[in-house]
Amino acid sequence: MLRPIAVALAALLSTACAHGGATRADAGAPAADSRPAFAGTYRPISAAPVLITGATVLTGDGRRLDNADVLLEGGKVAAVGPALTAPDGAQRVDGTGKWVTPGLIDVHSHLGVYPSPGMRAHSDGNEMTSPVTANVWAEHSVWPQDPGFGAALAGGVTTLQVLPGSANLIGGRGVTLKNVASTTVQDMKFPDAPYGLKMACGENPKRVYGQKGGPATRMGNIAGYRAAFIDAAEYRRKTRDAHGGKDAPKRDLKLDTLAGVLDGDILVHIHCYRADEMAQMLDLAREFDFRIAAFHHGVEAYKIADRLAENQVCGALWADWWGFKMEAFDGIEENLAIVDRPAGSCAIVHSDSEEGIQRLNQEAAKAMAAGHRAGMDIPPERAIRWMTGNAAHALGIEDRTGTLAPGKMADVVLWNGNPFSVYAHAERVWIDGALLYDRNDPARRPVSDFMLGQEGAR
Amino acid sequence: MNRLVKNLACAALLALPLAAGAQELLIRNATVHTAGARGTLEHADVLVKGGRIAAVGPNLDAGGARVVEADGQPLTPALFGGISHIGLEEVSGEESTRDAALTLGADARHMVVRPEFDVTLAYNPESVLLPVARLGGIGFTLLGADSAPGGSIIGGQGAVVRLDGSPDPLSPRSLFVALGTDASGLTGTSRAGQWLLLDRLAGEARGKVAVDSPHALLTPDGRATLARYLDRRGRIVVGVERAADIRQLLRWAKRQNVNIAISGGAEAWKLAPEIAAASVPVFVDPLANLPADFDRIGATLENAARLHAAGVAVGFSQAGDASHNARKLRQLAGNAVANGLPWQAGLAGLTRVPAEAFGVGDQIGSIEPGKRADLVLWNGDPLDVAFTASQVWLGGQAMPMRSRQTELRDRYLAPSPSAAAGQLPRAYSPKP
Repeated sequence: MLRPIAVALAALLSTACAHGGATRADAGAPAADSRPAFAGTYRPISAAPVLITGATVLTGDGRRLDNADVLLEGGKVAAVGPALTAPDGAQRVDGTGKWVTPGLIDVHSHLGVYPSPGMRAHSDGNEMTSPVTANVWAEHSVWPQDPGFGAALAGGVTTLQVLPGSANLIGGRGVTLKNVASTTVQDMKFPDAPYGLKMACGENPKRVYGQKGGPATRMGNIAGYRAAFIDAAEYRRKTRDAHGGKDAPKRDLKLDTLAGVLDGDILVHIHCYRADEMAQMLDLAREFDFRIAAFHHGVEAYKIADRLAENQVCGALWADWWGFKMEAFDGIEENLAIVDRPAGSCAIVHSDSEEGIQRLNQEAAKAMAAGHRAGMDIPPERAIRWMTGNAAHALGIEDRTGTLAPGKMADVVLWNGNPFSVYAHAERVWIDGALLYDRNDPARRPVSDFMLGQEGAR
Repeated sequence: MNRLVKNLACAALLALPLAAGAQELLIRNATVHTAGARGTLEHADVLVKGGRIAAVGPNLDAGGARVVEADGQPLTPALFGGISHIGLEEVSGEESTRDAALTLGADARHMVVRPEFDVTLAYNPESVLLPVARLGGIGFTLLGADSAPGGSIIGGQGAVVRLDGSPDPLSPRSLFVALGTDASGLTGTSRAGQWLLLDRLAGEARGKVAVDSPHALLTPDGRATLARYLDRRGRIVVGVERAADIRQLLRWAKRQNVNIAISGGAEAWKLAPEIAAASVPVFVDPLANLPADFDRIGATLENAARLHAAGVAVGFSQAGDASHNARKLRQLAGNAVANGLPWQAGLAGLTRVPAEAFGVGDQIGSIEPGKRADLVLWNGDPLDVAFTASQVWLGGQAMPMRSRQTELRDRYLAPSPSAAAGQLPRAYSPKP
């Protein structure tokens, strides 16, 4: 499972914070506080050890263990295997007849930036003022009281990347969050996760800007990306050459982010439907020497599945959306299964939806069923990777979550049965070892501030 | 890959009867979910003659009928695809391909009320959406008329079409009305204006306003159309979410003596006894469990289950992507079942309930003698997304289990052609 790309990314991670957050010193402030700007303040909730016994365990890295135990201790996965011994004070959970998976990860969410209720005042996901807004950060729009977070938790989602929308060629930074209820987004930030950069191909940018100065065409789109990265390369060179001296260019938030992409610190996530446009974006990445972590919404990814695998680019996909616009016309139900097929592939189930994020397991089940119909049988232990290990890989956090390998964060879901069924429920969800959702215990379910005192919800 | 080849071969074989016309068919040894009074029948046969169901039961005599062995797999009526625009739009984002709303008004502030607008006249039975839906086990849908700026809260009329390629609707017309947040912009930005308008229009249809009155909103055709619904001929389908609006709706329907159905109904569960007493079917989206706006604060996964428990006839319809992804409707039903709705009620919401609500319960929606042989054989639980339709029959004819999407799939499942080896690009395959 450890692909060359995983190794490369692990190396990247060690420097992930260079651009992952500019320090206050960068901004000219006193250097007393060296934390990155808008530093995350998430703290795991300490909890007693948990031993889940006798469950069917999907590890998230392709293995299935029947009648196995899972031990969570100190916020980490301590062990997975048969007949584990519970440490003193451990809570035992009977997993007989149940399934255990890593916590689910959605690489494409707009929770918080397009929250419920969907009021105009809440519409904070698209900075539709210019086609290149690499300077904006999605985390500055996230409303932590979006009830969608809690609903996603009930669907087993423990980590999500919240992205800006797709109106712009370059929409801004995405942020990876732990799905923990909180008053501030800083308290939700996944510790030291690399930032994502949201880019968009195709119809949306040219529709939004066609009458507002452009781009008005797909060729205009490409010209726009190139202009932005030419500026970024120059900024990066000048910054580097100045060695922090007085010749350093004035700090520019937009170019900071794009330079972070060129440095490999910020991971590129591109909304791109058509195969031909994905090929253009691969060439763009080659021209400016950056890597694309994932194409999102690639409804035509099946047309270039081999090429995506060769280029070590993930395909973050829906199970069955199609036809809602022209660039989605060639969507097929076997997309995930076909993208998953080549050696070294990285297929991901994503949502882009406050509804879909609650049911990533069902999205995967649909894709498995379609694959089966076309002669591609995908076992649960492989399919679970689409929303755990592979998703963590695309977000650059696979060394800490996404599988049940010992030492990883104890982000774990206990399902009431095979999760790849419409009838499956996440019964319990742990994040860093703390039980934050229990279907059978109302006291273990988060309620957003927004829902308090709503007579209508009773 | 062998399975694929086999499937394709089967599809080709199954396509033959289509050309040969309707013939006798015996589906043997199925788990027959009748969606009717007989419930589920294990190891049962279904005999089809002349496009209709001739008999349902164990050990039926095939006679000269072609026999399909079901091997115990589930057989259901062909499913409802929800209230959709299948055949009324090709690409949602391309206005030139959409025909589901009439917007004659000069701008958003200019209301034009045309209940006589009938979307079925725009229906294209050759739309690529039909085979896609059929492949998902969908056999019929209710074509809906949308409200939009330049129109009014009365979207117009639609009807049930069967997805067998036939050009004309099966059912009487239904009238579509939109209420609440989604439509208040069409009535002076207040939902109170919706009732004012509906009562005015009903009065007009009843002749209480002179045709040439400067206050008249309807054309003579519009009056005649609306008058039919006021005589309880045809169903008025009302899109409404908030409990307070539903309460007003029930009062209005009683006052005006009309047959209504509710679509959406996110908070319908709060008025379940009143809705049941008024015999109003509700078409819910069980996945819409978030407070998407201030009409849906009470949205819950248990809406369908609570309505059913109170005796309401529950059907399903989608909040979003209702046409291209009509096949998702059974996922809605499955989730309702996962959240407390009895399985048989989940199936009924996809079959019998919509058929009866929209005036075709005597034709389709259950597996009973005399009904059209619109059937689906599944490879597992039809309400579970883990399984797919193996074969769809409409009017007893096996539908080819192909669509534009399976054509794309098969083209790209094949190994990449090698130019060096003289192989032609994918555009030359598969062979027609």
